[in-house]
Amino acid sequence: MNLTELIIKSIIILVIFGVTLVIAMYSTWAERKVAGFMQDRLGPNRAGPFGLLQPLADAGKMFFKEDFIPSQANKWLFIIGPCLAILTALMSSAVIPFGDSIRYEGLTIPVQGVEINIGILYVFGVVSLGVYGIMVGGWASNNKFSLLGAIRAASQNISYEIAMGLAIIAILMMTGSLSLRSIVAGQESFLTWNVFTQPLGFIIFLTCAFAECNRTPFDLPECETELVGGYHTEYSSMKLGFYLFAEYINMFVSSAVISTLYFGGYHYPFMNTVHNALTGSLGEVTGHNLATLIGMLVLFAKIFFFIFFFMWVRWTLPRFRYDQLMNLGWKSLIPLSILNVVVTGFGLLYDIEYASWLIVIVMVVLAVMSSARAPKRVVQPQRS
Amino acid sequence: MLSDFGVILLFIITGLAFVGLVLFVGSLLRPNRPNLEKLTTYESGEEPVGNANIQFNVRFYVVAIIFVLFDVELVFLFPWATVFGQKSLIEETNGLWGWFSLMEMLVFVALLALGLAYAWVKGYLDWVRPQPKIPELKTPVPASLYEKINQKYTTPRPPPY
Repeated sequence: MNLTELIIKSIIILVIFGVTLVIAMYSTWAERKVAGFMQDRLGPNRAGPFGLLQPLADAGKMFFKEDFIPSQANKWLFIIGPCLAILTALMSSAVIPFGDSIRYEGLTIPVQGVEINIGILYVFGVVSLGVYGIMVGGWASNNKFSLLGAIRAASQNISYEIAMGLAIIAILMMTGSLSLRSIVAGQESFLTWNVFTQPLGFIIFLTCAFAECNRTPFDLPECETELVGGYHTEYSSMKLGFYLFAEYINMFVSSAVISTLYFGGYHYPFMNTVHNALTGSLGEVTGHNLATLIGMLVLFAKIFFFIFFFMWVRWTLPRFRYDQLMNLGWKSLIPLSILNVVVTGFGLLYDIEYASWLIVIVMVVLAVMSSARAPKRVVQPQRS
Repeated sequence: MLSDFGVILLFIITGLAFVGLVLFVGSLLRPNRPNLEKLTTYESGEEPVGNANIQFNVRFYVVAIIFVLFDVELVFLFPWATVFGQKSLIEETNGLWGWFSLMEMLVFVALLALGLAYAWVKGYLDWVRPQPKIPELKTPVPASLYEKINQKYTTPRPPPY
C-alpha cells in the first residue's frame, strides 16, 4: 500500500463518516416529515426551505443545552455509555461495500472502508457491542427507569441476535464466504438476489433488525408510557444527542446491511449491459467509474427505501407487550430460523436454491387454514 | 503499510476523535449551573426513594443464560457455514462431504434445539402475562336491578345526524 493509496483510503474513510453522519442527521428530519405526511400535517417547515435546516438547528440546540451529571450517578460510566453507543454505531459502517471500485492512475480501489474476509462477522460483533453502550449508560444513571430500560434493551437485543445470526448463517451457506463483497458478488443476476432465494431469512432478519435498533414496534427500552425515557431518562445535551444519533446511525447501517445481504447491494438488473455500454463509449477508466457511481446511487436508493420502511412501520404498528416480544423472539423466530438453516442445507445438497420457499408455502397454508377454521367473529350492531 | 485491521483502527480513531471533539466543543459552549434540585435523580417529580439497586424479574437472567447457549451454537455454525458448500471439498469426496457435514450440523443443532424445547416445556420462556384485575363488587343488590334503573332513566338519544 503506497502513499497515494493511503490518501485515497483516508479520503474514503472520511467520506463514509461524513455520509453516515449526514444521513443520520437528515433521517431525523425525514422521520418528522414522514410522520407529518402519515398524520396529514406538515412536519417541520420553519427552518429553511421545507424545514431542511431543522437538523442543524437541533444540533445547535444540543450543543448549547446544559449538561449535568446527577449526583447519584457513576460519573465516568455515565459519560462512557453514550460515547460507546455512538462509537459502535459509527464503526459498523467500515466494512459495508458501497460500490464496485474506482479506477485512478492504474489503481483499482474498492469503494469500501476496508475489505476484510470476515465482514459480516465484524458487523455482527460490533452491533452486539452496541448493547453495552445502552447497558452501561442505563446502569450508571442510578435511576430505576433507566435501569429497567437498559435491562429490557439488553434482554431484547440478545434474544433477537440469535435469530438474526441464524438468518445470516443461511446466507453464508449459499455464498460460502463471510466477506460482504463476495456476498454481493454472489447476487449478480436479479433472480439470485438473496431475497428471492431466502425469503424467510429476509423476514426474520428484517424483524431482528427492528429489534436491534430498538425501533417501534420493539421500542420497549424507551417506551414513554411506562419508563419515561428508558435508558436515557437522565441524559441531557450532547450525551442525549449521542444516544439519539446512534439510533439513527444504526438504522442507516442496518438498512445498508439489509440491502447488501438480501437486495444485491450495488447490483441492479442489466448492470453488465450498462457497464459495457459505458466503458465502450467513454473508455475503460471513466466508463468504469461512471458505472460504479450508478451502482452506488442504486445502493443508496435501496438504503433510503429501507430507512423509509423503518419510519413507515413506526407509524403503522403499535408497540408490543413484553411477553409478546419474548414469545415472538424465542418461540417463533428462533425455531423458524433453525428450520430455515436445515432446509437450506438440504436444498443446497440437491442443488435447489429456492428450498426455503417450502417453509414459506407451508406457513402460508397453515395460516390460511387456521384463519378459515377460526370461528367467525360476530359483528355486533352498534348501540346508538 | 496498513493491514486490513489497521484501517479499522483508523476508523475507531476517527470515531473517538469525532466523539471527543463534539464533547469538547459542547463543553465550551454550554452553560454550567448545577444546583441540588437539578442533580437529584429523576423519579417523576417525587423525592427519589433509595437508589436503583432494585429487584427485577428473574427471567431476564434466564434469558441471558439461554442466550449464551445459543450464541455458542452460532459461533460454531459460522465457520461451518463457510465450508459447507465448498466445491473443492465436495469434489474430493465425491459429494459425500455435503451429507457428512450436514449430518454433523443436524446432530449439533438437534441437541441444542432439545435444550430450547426443554426450556420451553419447563416454562422458562413464558413471560408473566399481565392479567387484568376486574374489580368485584360484593353487594346484595342484583346486577339486573341496576340495569333496569339505568334503562329507565336513559333518555333515548337523537339519531347522530
